[in-house]
Amino acid sequence: MSRINRYLADTLLILVIVVVFTSLLLLLVGASPHEAFGHLISGSFGSWSKFSRVLNVWIPLTLCSIGLLYAFRAGLWNIGVEGQVVLGAIGTVGVLRLGIDSGYPMVTLFLAMLAAAALGGGWALVAGWLKIRGGVHEIFAGLGLNFVAMGIVLWLIFGPWKRPGIASMSGTEVFPRELWFPTLEGWRVSPYAIGIAILLILATSWILNHSRFGLNLKAVGHNPRAVVLFGLSPQRYLLIAIIISGALAGLAGGLQVSGIYHRLIPAISSGYGYLGLLVVMLANFRLLPIPFIALFFAALNVGSIQLPMMMQLDSSLSGVIQGACVLSALLVFGIRHLRSRGPGN
Amino acid sequence: MQVELRQIHKRFGTNHALKGIDLSVQAGTIHGLVGENGAGKSTLMKILTGYLTRTEGRIFLDGGEVDNADPASAARNGIGMLYQEPQDFPPLTVLENFMVGRDTEPDPDRNRQRRRLLELADQVHFSLDPDQKLDKLTVGERQQLELLRLLGRGVQVLILDEPTTGISDRQKARLFEALRQIRDQGRTILLVSHKLEDVVALCDRVTVLRHGRVTGAEDAPFNVPGLLAMMFDAPPANDTHRQSLPAGEVLLSFEQVTAEGERTGLQDCSLDINQGEVVGLAGLSGSGQGLFLRLAAALLKPATGRIQLRGVPMDLKDHRFFKGTGGVFLPADRLEEGLIPGFTIQDHFALASNSNMAAARVSATEAIVRFRIRGEPDTPVESLSGGNQQRLLLSLIRLESSLILLENPTRGLDVESARWIWENLRRQFIRRGAIVFSSAELDEILEVADRVLVFYDGNIVRDLHINELDYQDVAAAMTGR
Repeated sequence: MSRINRYLADTLLILVIVVVFTSLLLLLVGASPHEAFGHLISGSFGSWSKFSRVLNVWIPLTLCSIGLLYAFRAGLWNIGVEGQVVLGAIGTVGVLRLGIDSGYPMVTLFLAMLAAAALGGGWALVAGWLKIRGGVHEIFAGLGLNFVAMGIVLWLIFGPWKRPGIASMSGTEVFPRELWFPTLEGWRVSPYAIGIAILLILATSWILNHSRFGLNLKAVGHNPRAVVLFGLSPQRYLLIAIIISGALAGLAGGLQVSGIYHRLIPAISSGYGYLGLLVVMLANFRLLPIPFIALFFAALNVGSIQLPMMMQLDSSLSGVIQGACVLSALLVFGIRHLRSRGPGN
Repeated sequence: MQVELRQIHKRFGTNHALKGIDLSVQAGTIHGLVGENGAGKSTLMKILTGYLTRTEGRIFLDGGEVDNADPASAARNGIGMLYQEPQDFPPLTVLENFMVGRDTEPDPDRNRQRRRLLELADQVHFSLDPDQKLDKLTVGERQQLELLRLLGRGVQVLILDEPTTGISDRQKARLFEALRQIRDQGRTILLVSHKLEDVVALCDRVTVLRHGRVTGAEDAPFNVPGLLAMMFDAPPANDTHRQSLPAGEVLLSFEQVTAEGERTGLQDCSLDINQGEVVGLAGLSGSGQGLFLRLAAALLKPATGRIQLRGVPMDLKDHRFFKGTGGVFLPADRLEEGLIPGFTIQDHFALASNSNMAAARVSATEAIVRFRIRGEPDTPVESLSGGNQQRLLLSLIRLESSLILLENPTRGLDVESARWIWENLRRQFIRRGAIVFSSAELDEILEVADRVLVFYDGNIVRDLHINELDYQDVAAAMTGR
């Protein structure tokens, strides 16, 4: 069986497990699986307007996921993506606030994206630096920094950047239209954002799989002790990998602001950082499946919004399905791995 | 216990590693298993101990067929293996290590276990302090403990994999004496080795493997040239002829260098290494040789003292600088420190040479032929045998290198490969630079080096040139006499 076929077979198996598991769960609470899945599908792919909303989720989720891939290549668990998304959003809001009356909205937006990447990358650098200089494991550093980032957002919303009059959980004041990412009539998603995402996917594909940097990064991830003897500095590659990871997450945060919310809200990251971790694991740490899995997850997120209205089910069903996907994927990959090693080995 | 293997086959993917091995070992004998690297010795023994599953074939113990599908069932059948690296628990004491892992008849009574340990040690004339922490022991002592543990478990078939690597001559003599006693108690011993000297000294019968087949067997007394002919496709070449060159410029200099690490550390080391020298670092394993090489390669920094590379102080330099000036360091631990598991041969060439994949493929293909690596450019390095991994590491040395530091470069290689590698290294590098290598084999050092540094307990106790060398003296210095 070729690798592609095997991968498709695995995917099919995972989906079957997930559908069976979710159906059982729905039956248990007395809901119709058929109806629930129907709403999930029509809610995400039912119309262009709905699908463009799916793309709005797909873009930041994909950016976070491919960012994570860089970190994983170097052997790092960048749990801090969540915080890096938040910092990216903060950077964007900061620049956009300065550029409100500048008269150059496109330049402002461009600078805002740069700021997003820079702040996201910088925030990731803190975790990387803590690891290399302080011996703090990146998982703990990332986790801690996520909470700090959350604290900063709340402080900004209720402090320096509060709405004139009254500060509220609904976030800062909405930016004027010219500082929104341009979009087309009837689209909820900006074609620019789609373009950026596709470009970054292609660039990542080349960098990770065909460039010297990608090879070196992978070597660092596989055996940091040996790469020293090949004349590479593992610390340098770890830092670069986590900075790229953070920059892409930051960009995702920037797009959340300029393309979707047009303000800073407490939940600006929408949990895409953690969801991205699931996407990457489900993709078995490979690039090619990531855009598709991210699309599937995005569709689940958007489609599930229908459930409370139509069926009095909580929209967290999408989370259950995503979690079940990852668990069954790990199970299928795990079994495959055990099988390939053969018994007794 | 009599051991019989019938028509054992083992395939790793497409690689047919064992092609129908028949082996019969009589009870109460020491049976040698020899062959060059990749001949299938270790694979065959791992099948007998249940560590690997066989593709085909049957195993009989005392005439009864057994499965030995996993290490636990093989152990219950009375088979035990003494591995090259001690399989023990360094934070625990000797007694605790002796007590560990006896699931058949666990006995938590420390006093009874202590008596048992001392009794067994006495039988084979080992002296071990039961309360000593393991990290204070030499490799040889840890091996003795391991042997006692196996005896305590009541093994009937004892397999030893290269047991004389890294232990002193005295410990080796003691080990051999113990093994003869164990044999005389009626137990069966299988000795895997490519040191013919050990095999000849110890074994009652020898089976030779080559490329996964049995090519012959012989009873003691052995005809060594005959064994060699069965082991190798071609008879091994004659001694390498050494022409010592006049010493050139100073490549590397140590000035009163003291450093921490490797249990013994390194104390007050001062010396120069000149162009044109082949320097052998002798000493029991872990006496400071590894530390010396890592300091020279700028992988570690000294606590005090000064190291200069071609006259440049290395205080603030790192391994990249070392490489930039033509240095190479190959560690002993190939998969952990030298190579990148998951990467193919070709990937390693791409990584080492800064070239693109197409060029790397060409260099990999050339190196496979030139260094006789059993693999393809796309073979992942972890599936190469130890000897082939070593050949790969050696093939990655750039031709323009001038200071070559090698840690146990021929460990796990057969005589023929080792000789071939030394010829190559000499021919390629000696005019331009120097080679510094450590080895657990004193014979190898005396055969290859122009100059020998003897390490004992973190000190360099001898610095001898080839014409003032005396085997007895070096051996004595290694053990601190």
